[in-house]
Amino acid sequence: MGVARYIKDEKGAITEVVYQSGMKIKPGYGPQDLADAGFSYETDLGEPGEFPFTRSLHPQGYRSRAWTTRQYTGFGTPEQTNERFKLMIANGQNGLNVAFDLPTQMGYDSDHPLAEGEVGRVGMAVDSLKDFLTAFDGIPLDRIGSGLTINAVASIMMAMYQALGETKGFDKTKISCTPQNDILKEMIGRGAWIFPVEHGVRLVGDSIEYAVKELPRSNPVSICGYHIRESGATPAQEIAYAFEIAKAYIDTVVQRGIDPSDFVGRFSFNFNVYGNLWEQVAKFRAARKIWAQMLKEDYGVTDKKKLFLRGLFGGGGSGLTKEQPENNIMRGAFYALGAALSGAQTTALCSFDEAYTIPTPRSALLSLKTLELLMDEVGLRDTVDPLAGSYFIETLTLEMADKIREEMGWVKEMGGIVSGISEGMIQKKVSQQAYEFEKGLQSGEYKKVGKTPGKEDEGTDVELHQYNEKWAKSSKDSLAEVKRTRHEKAVADTLRALEKAAKSKDNVMPHLVACCKAFATVGEMADVFRQTFGEWQEPGFY
Amino acid sequence: METVNKIRVLVAKPGLDGHDKGAKIVALALRDAGMEVIYSGLHQTLDQIMSTAVQESVDVIGLSIMSGAHLPICEKLTAMIKEQGLDNVHLVVGGVIPNQDVQVLRKMGVAAVFPGGTSFDTIVSGINGLFQ
Amino acid sequence: MPEKVPDIQPDPPVQIQQILDGDVMAGARLIRCIEAGDPAAAKMLGQLYPHAGNAFVIGITGPPGAGKSTLISALITMFRKKNFTVGVVAVDPSSHKTGGAVLGDRVRMQAHAGDKGVFIRSMAARGAAGGLARAAQDTCLVLDAMGYDIIIVEPVGSGQADLKITTLVHSLGLVAIPGTGDGIQAVKAGLLEAADIFIVNKDDLPGAGSEMMTLEHLVQQRTLEPDTWHPPVASTCARTGEGVEQLADLFLDHRQFMKDNQVLEKIQTAQAGDYFTILVRQMVMDRIDPWIDRQVGAFLDTAAQQAEVAADPYRAARELADRLTRSLGEPGSVDREGE
Repeated sequence: MGVARYIKDEKGAITEVVYQSGMKIKPGYGPQDLADAGFSYETDLGEPGEFPFTRSLHPQGYRSRAWTTRQYTGFGTPEQTNERFKLMIANGQNGLNVAFDLPTQMGYDSDHPLAEGEVGRVGMAVDSLKDFLTAFDGIPLDRIGSGLTINAVASIMMAMYQALGETKGFDKTKISCTPQNDILKEMIGRGAWIFPVEHGVRLVGDSIEYAVKELPRSNPVSICGYHIRESGATPAQEIAYAFEIAKAYIDTVVQRGIDPSDFVGRFSFNFNVYGNLWEQVAKFRAARKIWAQMLKEDYGVTDKKKLFLRGLFGGGGSGLTKEQPENNIMRGAFYALGAALSGAQTTALCSFDEAYTIPTPRSALLSLKTLELLMDEVGLRDTVDPLAGSYFIETLTLEMADKIREEMGWVKEMGGIVSGISEGMIQKKVSQQAYEFEKGLQSGEYKKVGKTPGKEDEGTDVELHQYNEKWAKSSKDSLAEVKRTRHEKAVADTLRALEKAAKSKDNVMPHLVACCKAFATVGEMADVFRQTFGEWQEPGFY
Repeated sequence: METVNKIRVLVAKPGLDGHDKGAKIVALALRDAGMEVIYSGLHQTLDQIMSTAVQESVDVIGLSIMSGAHLPICEKLTAMIKEQGLDNVHLVVGGVIPNQDVQVLRKMGVAAVFPGGTSFDTIVSGINGLFQ
Repeated sequence: MPEKVPDIQPDPPVQIQQILDGDVMAGARLIRCIEAGDPAAAKMLGQLYPHAGNAFVIGITGPPGAGKSTLISALITMFRKKNFTVGVVAVDPSSHKTGGAVLGDRVRMQAHAGDKGVFIRSMAARGAAGGLARAAQDTCLVLDAMGYDIIIVEPVGSGQADLKITTLVHSLGLVAIPGTGDGIQAVKAGLLEAADIFIVNKDDLPGAGSEMMTLEHLVQQRTLEPDTWHPPVASTCARTGEGVEQLADLFLDHRQFMKDNQVLEKIQTAQAGDYFTILVRQMVMDRIDPWIDRQVGAFLDTAAQQAEVAADPYRAARELADRLTRSLGEPGSVDREGE
């Protein structure tokens, strides 16, 4: 049943429950369990809004402010994306979450041979500043922040966002963007990497350093346990690897002589809410605590607000089924409930058709309304951390924290996350687990409602978001227009300066901003990096 | 010397999409079904896939495509397979494949289509079935 | 299982001339037939033999996780820069349970997939070490006859078993990871004596310096004749490519040294002899194995003999073995040390 392992007796009664992260669950919990675990209200929980923030980042939780919703949006041409942005904002969304197409994510322009058939398919195609100017036309950039789902070329996109703001008349200190910018998780999971590990991490370092100095309202990195989880990691591993990745980024910036207190408050995370409800709640409560403790103890951070585990807890794409897709609407609602009970600060919800395609307007709005319903109708804003004090939840939260620390210990033994990823050790573990889990699903050991083990999927006819060849043509035409009208000498000069910075230890960010303003293309900037850094060779996985 | 002939499969990820969980777990399932599996890694061009298939003399090329670009990719690859005379090589495809595209792919010359959610058993027997 | 397997008979049949012309598809198909034990392929190997012997065969061995495949990929880049064509034979272990395998070395070398001057072939160990040695050796012969200048062999990476490839390579590189005591392990595995170049890979890891010193020390302890090759210790970081050009040069230096001192010919002659022994042993064993099964089956057919086995299997086995090998000559001439 579910994603946990359930052993039943001949009458169908459950005799044993083991969660994915490895905790064994008892039939019932009482005061003795807390006593056995050495539970202390002061050190393990603290008041809501107080260190170690297990209960909440803010003293009154959702009473003072409901969560921010950020549905993933963006497809086709910048014009279409702009339309969708405005639709979501009109329907109450207060932050944007921009999806880019694969060529953009991989640093290729729309007219590159490798981009063929992919332009605008899974997100918006961005070749130059012109596309950003169109996509964000009429959006109040000083009030609406944007998440940018991009990693390998996140530095370029962050520079592009600044160029966009300044061109539209918004000061760079007033705009707020959160590029995902987590290259290490791409190497574990999602696969949109370009440059070798060390150079990838250096670009992350450059963008963090730059944001610290120049873009006070932007959060330069959003570490995605989400995708690590989707690749087959357990909830405990999701948190552990994400924190180890965060440490790698912190360390690279600290090496530049910057105090961790100057920037760790700007880190945000993207975590998954897919899985067993209680395990998720325990995961987020334990994660807030470990993050705060780690920053305090290992990095000497003392300012309260800088110890916050900020981020988007949501999604859960791999929980969805292709069979009986309407069930996914229900699943989404329960994931959202999990996120709310965990005190998610920002959230987004996978849309029910996401198992096949990018969301249609109807399904995207449905998700948004589900989130609204929880806050405004069901009562999730009534009181902070409503599950606190539950014998079960508090025991589980303590056990979860142990599991997370155990996994972090394993990474440390391997010589750190960069080494573990370079050698493929993490990928190997995660893939093997994904394989075992899938076998369990097929044998009926794990269960997803609507899926019958042994019974073949008949497939479902769904409302697909059709790909349109015209998008590619429109993007290519627009790119050609940019290349015809821009100042070629300015492009060449800025690209040359970028190359020089890339080869030295200089921060590439100011040069990227200059390139963007000169209408250099994403492909041109990425090519400078490709030629300077080379490309990553992925390790084996088994 | 052990002279058992094994089915050799190239599991390949064409194009820019980096979602490789499916490709990897299918590779492990085929291994556990006694096949010899070569994994291409991510971001492969069709030329790289062809050249790997030739050098490794595989019997099956298994593409994993999640981006929705399965039709143009398979159209090109089936043509390349024909052109290079790899008559004994079967092309199979898995990933996010809507029902309505399965027949289109089969007509193109794709030997088998395994949309997301197909069981390991079906994939294994489907591939074994190509040699009976 | 047994499931039907693909028809390995190439259609049209592979021609000798195609191999000599370097036809990649023909070469690959011939290798496939060799792996499957096709007798026609064995015949063809005999015809190719006189055309081979020009390639320089390098072995890269070391424990799992030492970064061998990544290092080979970086070496390929260097050798290509020097205009050599390169063939690679990468061996991965087979699953004991199912006989299947994920041949994962290749993925680390896939950057070379589009290069016409590079031929990479993955092989599964398929259990039998002897069989593997033969298939890998025959594959090298094909690549050699196809005209590849340099052939790099990557064995499974399990110490002792890897020694087998010393009958195959001209120059053996041993890769060690800093801080793991690989140097000491290598001494135990007997690889130290066989290695021509020691490589400390991942030289950015802590302990790299001391690992190099340990290895250099161990190498110096070997008694070296004045005119013999003194194995150098190279330091590389395969991931970044650091030190790999120097390593490539060391291999080429070693080849030059062997040529200048007429060592290469001697090695090749000795290896040809060793390989001949392997071939004979393999062919005899291929015939004898099923025969033994039949003899034992016949022996166990009577209740009296079953009782003998049950009472003292050692004695029963010894007596049957003596009887079966009587035709080999005097009983004393048969090696009885194993008893």
